[in-house]
This record gives sequence, C-alpha cells and structure tokens, in this order.
Amino acid sequence: MSLSRREFLRLLGLAGAAGLLPVGSFAAARRPSDLYEIPRFGNLTLLHMTDCHAQLNPIYFREPSVNLGIGAAKGRPPHLVGKSFLQHYGLEPGSIEAHAFTYLDFEKLARKYGKVGGFAHLATLVKRLRAERGDGNTLLLDGGDTWQGSGTAFWTRGQDMVGACNLLGVDVMTGHWEFTYLEKEVIANIQQFKGEFVAQNVSVNEDALFDYAFADFEGFDEESGLAFKPYTMKVVGGMKVAVIGQAFPYTPIANPRRFIPDWTFGIQDERMQGLVDRVREKEKPDLVVVLSHNGMDVDLKMASRVSGIDVIFGGHTHDGVPAPVVVSNKGGKTLVTNAGSNGKFLAVMDLEVSKGRLKDYRYRLVPVFANLLPADAEMQAYIDKVRAPYKEKLEQKLAVAEETLYRRGNFNGTFDQVICNALREVKDAQISLSPGFRWGTTVLPGQEITLDNVMDQTCITYPETYRREMTGKDIKDILEDVCDNLFNPDPYYQQGGDMVRVGGMDYVCNPAEKMGRRISDMRLDGGTPIEAGKKYVVAGWATVSSQAPGRPIWDVVTEYLERHETIRIDKLNTPKLVGVQGNPGLGT
Amino acid sequence: MKHDQKRRVFLKGSVAASTVGLAVGAGLLTPGVVLAAWNKNAFQAKAIDKAIAAAAGNPTTTPSEKITIKAPDIAENGAVVPVSIKADMDGVDTIALLVEKNANPLSAIFHLPKGTLPDVSTRVKMGKTGDVIAVVKAGGKLYSARKGVKVTIGGCGG
Repeated sequence: MSLSRREFLRLLGLAGAAGLLPVGSFAAARRPSDLYEIPRFGNLTLLHMTDCHAQLNPIYFREPSVNLGIGAAKGRPPHLVGKSFLQHYGLEPGSIEAHAFTYLDFEKLARKYGKVGGFAHLATLVKRLRAERGDGNTLLLDGGDTWQGSGTAFWTRGQDMVGACNLLGVDVMTGHWEFTYLEKEVIANIQQFKGEFVAQNVSVNEDALFDYAFADFEGFDEESGLAFKPYTMKVVGGMKVAVIGQAFPYTPIANPRRFIPDWTFGIQDERMQGLVDRVREKEKPDLVVVLSHNGMDVDLKMASRVSGIDVIFGGHTHDGVPAPVVVSNKGGKTLVTNAGSNGKFLAVMDLEVSKGRLKDYRYRLVPVFANLLPADAEMQAYIDKVRAPYKEKLEQKLAVAEETLYRRGNFNGTFDQVICNALREVKDAQISLSPGFRWGTTVLPGQEITLDNVMDQTCITYPETYRREMTGKDIKDILEDVCDNLFNPDPYYQQGGDMVRVGGMDYVCNPAEKMGRRISDMRLDGGTPIEAGKKYVVAGWATVSSQAPGRPIWDVVTEYLERHETIRIDKLNTPKLVGVQGNPGLGT
Repeated sequence: MKHDQKRRVFLKGSVAASTVGLAVGAGLLTPGVVLAAWNKNAFQAKAIDKAIAAAAGNPTTTPSEKITIKAPDIAENGAVVPVSIKADMDGVDTIALLVEKNANPLSAIFHLPKGTLPDVSTRVKMGKTGDVIAVVKAGGKLYSARKGVKVTIGGCGG
C-alpha cells in the first residue's frame, strides 16, 4: 500500500465516521516492529490520557462485552464490542491490539500480554515520545478522574496523584471525581498541581457568590462567576494552542452535591460556543482543542452543535476508541476522541498546523503494556514512597478468585456480583444494589484478591452502606431512573455510568423503551415475582443524597472475602435483554 | 447573556433571587405592584391549559422559535431549578412560566412595562421530569416554547 500508515489512519478516522471501513486493512497497515514506534508527523503533538482512576501500578482491565448504543448511537463508535469492534477497526483476533481494545479471550490473552498501565511505564512512554518530538513540541493533557480510584488516592485525598501527575509533567487537566473531595481539598490539590486546571462549565452558584470562600483562588473570576480558569493558551511546536476545559457536567447529580455546595455545572454548550468565538477572536490561536469529561456520546452531540473546535479529547465513558470520529457542524469539522481508562492507553495525536488551521493529523491510541515498557526509575521510586505507609494493608490477601472478576459493562460484572453478594450476606438483605461505575480493575482466575483490588472497586468518599426496607415500586423506580441515565436516546440526558448492579433479583430490560417502561418482570432469585406494594429488605452503598449510616463498603466486602476464601460466581444477576439482538454493542 | 457578566455585583444590589427578584432588583416593579398583580386562579390551577388560560387569557398558544428557554437538561437540585426565558420579539406584555408536571403548573408571571427587555430569570421547584413552558404575550398574541428538564435520583456516575 503506497499510503503511509499514518495517512491511512487519518483516512480510517474519516471512513470510520462514514461507516465505510475497509475490513482487515487496519491491522495489515500497522504491523510495527515496535508497538511504540510512532513516526513523527506535522509540527506538534498532543498527548492525552484520561480516567486513570489513580492506578499508579500496572493492572488488568477487561473491556466491556456489553456497551449498547440505542437510537442513533446504535452500532456507532463507541458502541461496539468484541467481534464487531475488531471488524469495524480491522483488528486481527488474538493480536495485542485486539486484546487491548476488546474482552475477547480475555483470560488467555491477559496471561500472554501481561498487565497494562502503571505510571512508571506510562512515564517511560511519555518521555520517549517527548524526546523523539523535541523540546516544546508536545503537550500532555489529562482529562480527569485521576485523583480517585485507589486506596492511596482515597487516604491521601488525591494528593498522591497530584504528585504523580507533576512528576509525569501533565500540562493541562480537567475533572470529575476530583470534585468528590471537599471544596477546600479540591482547591488545595489544584494549587499543588503544577499544570493548569481548566473548566468552562463550572460556576460559583448565585448564593455562594455573596460570600465566596475561595474568592482569592487564582482560577476564580468574579466577573464571569466561573470557579476555574475556562481555558489556557500554550505554545506548542511554535503554534498557539487554546485548550478549553469541560468538566463532567453532571458531577453534582452523579456524585454528592454536599461536598461541593458552592459549584454548579452543566453542559453549557452555548457558553462553550461563546468562549470558542471569543478565544478565536482575542487570542488568534492556530488550534482550538477541548479537554472534555463529557463522555463520548455527549461530546459527539456537542461537536455537532458547537463550531470552531478542532479536536475534542474526550473521557468519562472509558471508551478505548482507536480512531477519532469526525463530526460535521456549521463551522466545519471537529474530531472527537475517547482514550479509555485505568492508565491502559495513551493517545498520541500528531498534528500539522499552520496559520490558524489544522491541515492534517495522525492519531494512535497506544496501549500501555507494562512488559513492553520498562518502569521509569524516578516514577517507580515515587510510587513506592506513596504506597509505603499502606503497602502491607493493601497487599493483604483476602481470598482467591476462581474466575475472572471484572466490572466494566452495561450490567453486572462478576466483581459487582461479589459486592452484591457480600452486601446481601453480611447485611442480611434480600436484595442488594451497587452503583454501575465504569472504573474498577480486573482480577484473573487463580489470583489472590487483595485489599488493593477491593479498594480499586469501592474507594469513594461516600462509601457508607445502608440496609433498609423498600417497596417493589421503589426498586423499580430506581432501576428505571438509572436505566434512563444510561439509555436515554438524547446523550444530553445521560450521565455516563452503567446500569445499577443488583443482587438477589432478576429483571427484564428493554433499553429502547421509554423511561418507566424499560424494566419488567422483576423477580427474587428463587423466581418469586417482586410485587409493587410489598416491602423488601435492601442493602446498598454510595448514596448520593445524604450520608448512609452503615460502615464502609470495603469493610463489608473484606469480611465476605475472608469468610469465603475462594470466590466463584454461581449466579450473575444480569437482566434478560429484549429488543437488542444483533446490536453491535452486545457481545456474542 | 449580558446580565450574567455582572451577576455578582447585580445580586449584591438586589434582593435574594425570587420569582420577582429580577424585576424588583432592576427597580421596575415595587412589591406592592407585584402583590396587586397576584392572580390566584391562575397560580392555583391544576391543569396546564387552565393555568395558561387563567394566566394569559386563552389556552391556545403558537409555538415560537423566538423564545429561548435556558434551563439545565438535568436538574442539579429539583428544589431550585434555574430557568431563564428570553423573547426576541417586540411588544412583550407578560411572560408566564409553567412547570408541566407540578401539581400547580404556573410558577411565575412577569409583567413587563413598556420598553423592558423581555429577558427574565427565576428558579422553580420541579417534582419530576417534564417540560418547563414559557408563554409570552406580545402584541395581544400568545406564543409558547418548552424545554425538557430531567429530575433524577442521581448517583452511579462513571
């Protein structure tokens, strides 16, 4: 093929958007001798990581086997899994890329290719790319969900990650789970962060403006009422690059508002348009990019409504998407990416920019395999240091996994089932509920389950558990509400998490239905129908509205694991799905 | 929006944001005038058509793209949902704001003296997911627009 590999990848992005992918040629065109040999192109390089969820060490992470797209999103990136994914992007089954991007043959290939991510390995890759591209020609963007997700991040209130990001040299970041610490901790962490924290969609609410506690914080602007700097200008490869921040718009809804009472969020796409126009006029940038935590479906919609953005580097939905989606809008075209999660990938976009225009680009979402990238000594020393006070506790062996334990997917993963079973057993409940987070690492069969693993799945700042009576109707209302947050055909009404996990009950789910009609045939594990008016004892955790009374979820799960010693899932409470047969977001 | 830019300064000089906060703060209305305009039947109407009829004189409105409703797609707090209504038309007399699914749908009526910019803001309480509806009376005719606002129990974000 006379087309260069990178030219091919660019076209692939365009073809992918148009649904015209040449099957098989993707893999053929990119068989590098070295996975990390990424030839230079253009005059500047933007590196993007997102949603690492504080995973400082290499981990396993199984990609979803269910990631349904409903309505216009059906069968379109990122709603492709397994074989449909391989076919769409022309990846060879069993290859290292196929393993990185899909759940297929997960256990076998995880053993073959080893762990992914880890900041010491990521640091080696970042250093190599920076060196190859030369001083001043790269920028490292972090889309957020960086300060939460591990025991050490929880116990240091995110500070271990601020230090790690400073060492890695993150230039610009935005946030989501960063806002689940207290306001004063968020502000203090940002002040310690050596890069810049940007968010155009976080305002100080009108009541708080009367007497704002952080009026002296340098990111706050009294005129606009914005709590953080909305954008920053950087010179990269001699070009002026505007980086606009877009924090997770639904933070005070998906997570407790009580931790951040002064701040109000929202998608704010009109404000985004105004800002893009103003930045273009005032700063005369050569390139305008958005560092977004919207989630991919929201980014795709925003890209169609807001014009003047060259690239949206996206996160939140944890979608490892190999090629940008090209979205047309009234001002031209915008590229939309999503760069996976848990430190598994680094996105590398080489751009050719001149005189205020993006001429061409090459994009690779590079999987970080710990076995292929030696650990950076300085970063490893830092990680060892921050883990030292907690190491013994975290590495304590609690039980042995008899099968792969994972979370990611629209419905119950096996690790979720462990949590749900723990809640039912330890708290003596008929039914359990557990949030559908998209973070949480994977444990292979035969592996010891440690407190590290439990914290990876549970460490939030509102971990308290509850045990209470709910009627069948209450339970259905909760399921319907969360299901609409996942499957509403309009992405602006979605929140980006997965479906709430259940224990002790089954149900039928029709994702394409309207709110209130998706959930039916709810039954207890034994098959007894759940009645609307009858009361059931329900245990759960992660209540958003107020603090629950029980002990933290990790205590409950730890107790359960120690009681059982070996962990096998006899029954996965995943719903029977209706109306989605043949959906490319459903693994076969 | 222009009034956003000096929001803090503006707010400091006005009463706390209430249904009539904007108009009162801008010195356009005095509290007595507001009370005199209280339309008991309209505010207590249970059905949306009746509320519109009682507020605006007629239940039939013409949908208009010249009315912009600014409200969150998903409410951060159903108890205080910020809503702004702007009408890009001349001769606006009143702007009524209704919340479709509330027991008493009519939340506010803004009476605009001649020459007032038809751009109002308030906060409404919303019990459940549904539309907020703006009914604008201009030149003796009734125009309307609606926007969906989702009220969710929240949680479970990725």
